[in-house]
Amino acid sequence: MTDLSPIPETSRAAAVQEIVTPGGLKVWLVEDYAVPLVAVQFAFRGGASQDPIEQPGLATLLGGLLDEGAGPYDSGAFHEAMDDLAVHLHFSVDRDHLAGHFQTLTRNLDPAFELMRLAVNEARLEQGPIDRVVSQLVASLKRELKDPDAVASRTFRAAAFPGHAYGRAARGEIETLPKISRENLVDMRAKLMARDNLAIAAVGAIDAATLAAKLDEVFGALPAHASLLTVPPAAMSGVGARIITDIDVPQATIRFGRPGVERDDPDFMAAVVVNHILGGGAFTARLFREVREKRGLAYSVYSHLQNYDHAAMLVGATSTKNERAAESLAVIEEQIADLAARGPTEEELAKARKFLIGSYALRFDTSTKIAGNLMQLQLEGRPTAYLDQRNKLVAAVDLDAAKRAAKKLLGDGKLLVALAGRPTGM
Amino acid sequence: MNLPQAAASPQPAASGAHAGPHIAHSRLDNGMEVVVIPDHRAPVVTHMVWYRNGSADDPPLKSGIAHFLEHLMFKGTKNHPQGEFSSLVSDLGGQENAFTGHDYTSYFQRVPREHLGTMMEYEADRMTNLVLSDEVVAPERDVVLEERRMRTDSDPSAELSEAVQAALFAHHPYGTPIIGWGHEIETLGREDALAYYERFYTPENAILVVAGDVQPADVEKLARETYGRIPARGAPPVRRRPQEPPARARRHVSLADEKVEQPTYERVYVVPSARTAEPGEAEALEVMSHLLGAGQSSRLYKQLVIDKPVAVAAGAYYMSSSLDATRLWVYGVPAEDVSLDDFDVAIDGVIADFIANPPGDKEFERAKTRLVADAVYAQDSQVALARWYGAALAIGETIEDVSGWTARIEAVTPEAVVAAARKWLDKRRAVTGYLLPEATA
Repeated sequence: MTDLSPIPETSRAAAVQEIVTPGGLKVWLVEDYAVPLVAVQFAFRGGASQDPIEQPGLATLLGGLLDEGAGPYDSGAFHEAMDDLAVHLHFSVDRDHLAGHFQTLTRNLDPAFELMRLAVNEARLEQGPIDRVVSQLVASLKRELKDPDAVASRTFRAAAFPGHAYGRAARGEIETLPKISRENLVDMRAKLMARDNLAIAAVGAIDAATLAAKLDEVFGALPAHASLLTVPPAAMSGVGARIITDIDVPQATIRFGRPGVERDDPDFMAAVVVNHILGGGAFTARLFREVREKRGLAYSVYSHLQNYDHAAMLVGATSTKNERAAESLAVIEEQIADLAARGPTEEELAKARKFLIGSYALRFDTSTKIAGNLMQLQLEGRPTAYLDQRNKLVAAVDLDAAKRAAKKLLGDGKLLVALAGRPTGM
Repeated sequence: MNLPQAAASPQPAASGAHAGPHIAHSRLDNGMEVVVIPDHRAPVVTHMVWYRNGSADDPPLKSGIAHFLEHLMFKGTKNHPQGEFSSLVSDLGGQENAFTGHDYTSYFQRVPREHLGTMMEYEADRMTNLVLSDEVVAPERDVVLEERRMRTDSDPSAELSEAVQAALFAHHPYGTPIIGWGHEIETLGREDALAYYERFYTPENAILVVAGDVQPADVEKLARETYGRIPARGAPPVRRRPQEPPARARRHVSLADEKVEQPTYERVYVVPSARTAEPGEAEALEVMSHLLGAGQSSRLYKQLVIDKPVAVAAGAYYMSSSLDATRLWVYGVPAEDVSLDDFDVAIDGVIADFIANPPGDKEFERAKTRLVADAVYAQDSQVALARWYGAALAIGETIEDVSGWTARIEAVTPEAVVAAARKWLDKRRAVTGYLLPEATA
């Protein structure tokens, strides 16, 4: 059989134009005319960690209201305008960011960018939509009250970060959401949405000059400086604790974790490799093999590095029938202890490096994914050159580094464990 | 399927299309179809094989066998023992997975383009050389039972949906969950899996779909050198499914559970699919369901969530891609203090109003704009395109059916939309499901 020839590796960074707009915005652009679309991803640093203690969910609510009426349009008219142009525009909020996601057909470029400008600058934040979005958030929280997955992750988070913004509910509480006022939202918008905490990336059929002019229209009138609360570093607590929440279901959902490795730690990439070996998203990971393939204990089992701006964790999860939950957890703990003590084998390391290097390309296969990745790198403070350096950093992880990172990441192997269900024998 | 993200659930409506790349379509001598979707933006390929059999083809007493076999297809062959294929995909930095629907089963890998031929060799190998031992079958059956506990048995809303589907189809196997019923999964063994494999995993029953940085001639050559070596088995397997009798009774199911804090509502109608509809009817249903329930400009959202408001969410959805008669969902989350009975009446009101006051030109054009644009947006994802063509061919549609979809949507008239609503949104064709807190049972 004759296979296709490989395409020589090209510089991914060389495809990225670093633009500074006339208005002073820094933007990364990949110009590509293969499909008549333009995607823009942007994010304001801040997010749910900026919620006042008595108002969890404020940033999430703000994000949910930006496309609920703006400028001359009330909520219904704004959505009709988006439909008439077939534009995709929505906002999302996580612990550290309020992000915007935009995609348009090139033939509607001007009016589509105008809708984005209105949402960013002139969202009406009217009482009707506020009440509606609050009721939607409350309904979704009610649906999760006794959902095993949601219960386990809520319990885990509260135990991991007591008294810290990361321990609170990013989407708010059923009791407090209705108390949030329009003034609270206006105030949050003024503090959060500014030019100096903004990262923007664009991909698609648009040239740099046109994009720059459009983005200056969208973001140029925002305040120059955000006014953010200082979020203190959060050291994870509760390690060694095991918290069981009783729910009448046949399966126990298990969430586990321990402190992770910071992104700027010299061993961070080695920790990424070690996590891949432990519980990364491939059929070759140790947890997949030991928990699922060999013993049939679970359908889903994984671990990943959770790096917030002010905290780093290793977290993982699985779900096993109640009678075998203790066994599942014991297998997970055994794998973590073994990897901490002995580190990976040379073969495991080589395979993990190969996977991580080869799979990087698949993160860049749609314009929205490319834009999202470019935005993320900016938020992490990386240069465009990182796009080419990243695989070299993976390749440089040798056995010493991997063993060191395994010790750092997995240490004494102790875990914070939150279970939801009716596990027996624990 | 193997990784948790891919569900043993019906695929989204395979009703997309686009005026984008030129699709090549051919057939190997042994009957296997070959579809190539060029996309030269990145040096990667998506390689999929679709089999024209899904859970609705499970033999009696063997519900879940299509899905269970899909899991077992990762257990190795005569030539490549368990783990070798996955290990190779991992070394290439590739992605792999599989999924089972009511009408098809599909396997895929995404890898750098130069490894396409190798993927084809391995996939062709496991079309005929699967090896199963009781030692690997038993723990994998436990995995599937855990998958069922995770997706359904621990989630009252999933249990309700299962009950609604079971009530909706009195006779047709779409009423049986794709993953199977727990008590039957427990009895599935090696022999069942191999018998099913022998029957359905043949070149005549398979469709190869390759999307990515490739030329059709190169893919066809590689296909001949791999899949083309598998001997033809004769006629493709015949799907014989019990068909639904006429629906005459409105049905209602409710599920009350102590874990439910937020009531929810669904109503599901049996309606024609892209395969069973009269010409233009599936497209009219597509536009109708969009007008009725897609997004915040839809009738259901406007009238029930914004104007009244009796709900915090409401919408509708039509799954056109189906071999036999399919389903149209209307769903909602009632506002606090609104009973599900009152919400049910409100839904009826919206539908009656839709027929009495059909959409005007602007509303009608808006729906078409969104639907047609979705086909352009789809060109941004080679995986989405590969899935659309694969699913369409697997239910017996043609390449032309898919590529002509946009034009057929453009041709839908307001009269056809109203006629579709009048004819098919008949409560005698529907099951209504209530999810309730236990105290209200």
